[in-house]
Amino acid sequence: MSDLNQRGSIDQSALDVNRRRFLTNTAIVVGGVGVVGLVVPFASTMAPSARARAAGAPVEVDISKLEPGQKVTVEWRGKPVWIVRRTEQSLADLPSLDGILADPNSDMAQQPAYAQNATRAVKDEYMVLVGVCTHLGCSPTFRPELAPDDLGADWKGGFFCPCHGSKFDIAGRVYAGVPAPTNLVVPPHRYASDTVVVIGEDPEVA
Amino acid sequence: MSQQNGIMGWINDRFPLTETLEYHVTRYYAPKNFNFWYYFGILSSVVLVMQIVTGIVLTMNYKPDGFHNVNGIPGAFASVEYIMREVDWGWFVRYMHSTGASAFFVVVYLHMLRGLMYGSYKKPRELIWIFGMLIYLCLMAEAFMGYLLPWGQMSFWGAQVIVNLFNTIPFVGEALSVWVRGDYVISDATLNRFFAFHVIALPLVLIGLVVFHLVALHHVGSNNPDGVDIKKHKDANGIPLDGIEFHPYYTVKDTFGVVVFLAVFFAVVSFAPEMGGYFLEHANFVPADPLKTPEHIAPVWYFTPFYAMLRATPPMFGSAFPGVIVMFGAIAVLFFLPWLDRNETRSIRYRSKAFKIWLWLFVVSFVILGYYGIQAPSTFGTIMSRICTLIYFGYFVAIWFISGNEKTQPVPDRVTYK
Amino acid sequence: MKKMIKAFAIALLLPVTAFAAGGGATYPHDGMSADHGNKSSLQRGARNFVNYCMGCHGASYMRYNRLAADLGIPEDLAVDNLIFRVNEKGEREKVGSLMRTSMTPDYGKQVFGVTPPDLSLIARSRGVDWLYNYLRGFHQDESRPLGFDNSVFKGVGMPHVLWELEGVKKAVYDEAGTHVVGFETVTEGKLSKMEYDSFVYDLVNFLDYLGEPYKADRQRVGVYILIFLFLFGIVAYALKAEYWRDVK
Repeated sequence: MSDLNQRGSIDQSALDVNRRRFLTNTAIVVGGVGVVGLVVPFASTMAPSARARAAGAPVEVDISKLEPGQKVTVEWRGKPVWIVRRTEQSLADLPSLDGILADPNSDMAQQPAYAQNATRAVKDEYMVLVGVCTHLGCSPTFRPELAPDDLGADWKGGFFCPCHGSKFDIAGRVYAGVPAPTNLVVPPHRYASDTVVVIGEDPEVA
Repeated sequence: MSQQNGIMGWINDRFPLTETLEYHVTRYYAPKNFNFWYYFGILSSVVLVMQIVTGIVLTMNYKPDGFHNVNGIPGAFASVEYIMREVDWGWFVRYMHSTGASAFFVVVYLHMLRGLMYGSYKKPRELIWIFGMLIYLCLMAEAFMGYLLPWGQMSFWGAQVIVNLFNTIPFVGEALSVWVRGDYVISDATLNRFFAFHVIALPLVLIGLVVFHLVALHHVGSNNPDGVDIKKHKDANGIPLDGIEFHPYYTVKDTFGVVVFLAVFFAVVSFAPEMGGYFLEHANFVPADPLKTPEHIAPVWYFTPFYAMLRATPPMFGSAFPGVIVMFGAIAVLFFLPWLDRNETRSIRYRSKAFKIWLWLFVVSFVILGYYGIQAPSTFGTIMSRICTLIYFGYFVAIWFISGNEKTQPVPDRVTYK
Repeated sequence: MKKMIKAFAIALLLPVTAFAAGGGATYPHDGMSADHGNKSSLQRGARNFVNYCMGCHGASYMRYNRLAADLGIPEDLAVDNLIFRVNEKGEREKVGSLMRTSMTPDYGKQVFGVTPPDLSLIARSRGVDWLYNYLRGFHQDESRPLGFDNSVFKGVGMPHVLWELEGVKKAVYDEAGTHVVGFETVTEGKLSKMEYDSFVYDLVNFLDYLGEPYKADRQRVGVYILIFLFLFGIVAYALKAEYWRDVK
């Protein structure tokens, strides 16, 4: 504002500064509310659309034909989800690896609470994992064999990421000293029956 | 500017921020006697911003695809419905954009009428008028190409009819219209190039022209309803005696005007987005079908005055080209207005009765043409359209003669206020 | 000159009145107004739609779960009562799927000569009145390949799918023999005339909803926007008046 009280057709000699300041501030606040009210719907257009939500709907998988030691991959929200039926042997081997893992007890929230246990599973036999490496998003390869040449004599079966060499055990737990910082993610899942697992839905609370 | 400290000082040493703001806003002295008609300039820029913002959001989900998807529906048409139904708040943004197109022309037509009434096109504001006319042309191209994008029946056949106008140009017409379409009919190729023009090429030109329009305006200063030059009388500090700073006086006044406008605008968006078929035509809810013409093709309302002139002009020498010349001539002649009107009195307030009558005849004939451009062709409609076309062009002839030796009333020395 | 202006004003109004006096050439010529708040009508309309229309017509912009949510139908009920289509993998469509028809566009074209149009937007292109009259305008006509014509849509390609409900009726023509002015019952249907009208009303009401499922949203949002702008308008006006006290 100018330092002149009278200029052009303006005469500010009878100015009530407080009243003017109050009205200006009120207008700015009310106008600001309006702008926010307009920004919210515009920003929300960028959220997943109904199509994306429908495509990301829970996936039902029939696991009745899955043999011990086998893996099946399904797509959920555009990402690979693995279901591995673990052998008795590989379940028994899990505790022996604790010493060389970064987070053996799954303390980090990489799984739903109902899968935060020794086997990282709802049913010990079936391991459900999002097949995306927690380092930079490659999809690790399934390496169930014991002690292969490239992974060393201690390898008890698990996942190996070809991009940067991260290693995970058969429960998706990350080895210490590899690029990936955390265990593989266990997605929400529940068993609709003994042979059907639903990826993307939490178990119904009884 | 005196020496400044802090961030503003640092910036001002490197970029004329304060200087620019003062020049265009805080020390831009506008006449104090602006009336209702002076809201439409700012409203045009509000709509421009709104169209750009909503347009960007729409572009995120729209696909200019003329081919059919698995359900037998063209991709572009399906993507518009996808926006309307599947994108959160998509209907809101799209209705704002479609209503905004019509709102743009409403405010621009009223803004232009203001210019006609108060002689805002006259010396020294000829270039402001010319830039304004270029904005109007650009806007028409923008609206025309944008209307193809929903890829409904009206989109398709409207574009078909208008692009075929090129056909009437002697010798090169046929080749030209094929080149414009990139195909022998309006097709996916046409849709994609119109999309490119609509979302980037024309908006860039439009924004540039708006900047020129405003720079020219602030260079010579605003006209006003009395058409007097406020710079003739200045106070001791060189400030026009009838001037007030644009900010805060016109910013607060325009804020109120914008709120009123937005109330009307959002009432349409929320309660009548189709506006009875004038803003969104019913036939455009049917996907484009190159094999089936809708029963009645009419352009959207803002083009209909010119469309009526096109239809009213009889073919001559076996060619429809004269109609095309008349239609484009109706726009072209407006460019010459600053030189056709030879009278120095700007405002209609002090001009002769003959001028006033001709101006209102011009406006009424434009509205009647708009009406008949929407209707299906009829004998009576054609006669009325011909009369009104003659009046439309007659205005420019009349104004040349009237203004040559016009009995005007004395223009006051200072603006009238209160 | 003022007379001329008057003449123009009259000329502008003339065709409007002429249009209002004419019109209404087809029979039936009833109006209806859609009511998206009448959920039970919409639910019945949805049932009618999936049972009688979706064999040939899709509503391929709409998802079953949105329909269920908007109409207040529990999702499991919607799955059991609204979803009949089997998808390309041989499974029943999911509740999040689009409401596509089982008929492929090409097959429809072979059988009916034209692909039965998707009905998602039919209420927006035709209007509810037209649909309401059209669905009640089928009458016997042996000259047509399917044995029926329609008084609102001459030479219609669609068979009278609802004939079992409505029954069969014959057209009564005007003296010139060109315009249908009434109907005569040939065979009674399962529904009475009133029941059939209300059946069609529910169906068309549903089609209107299908055309603009967000209509209720935009009206609700519009009220909020206008209330806000009214309040902001008061503040803006007060602010303007305050500043303009300076202008002498």
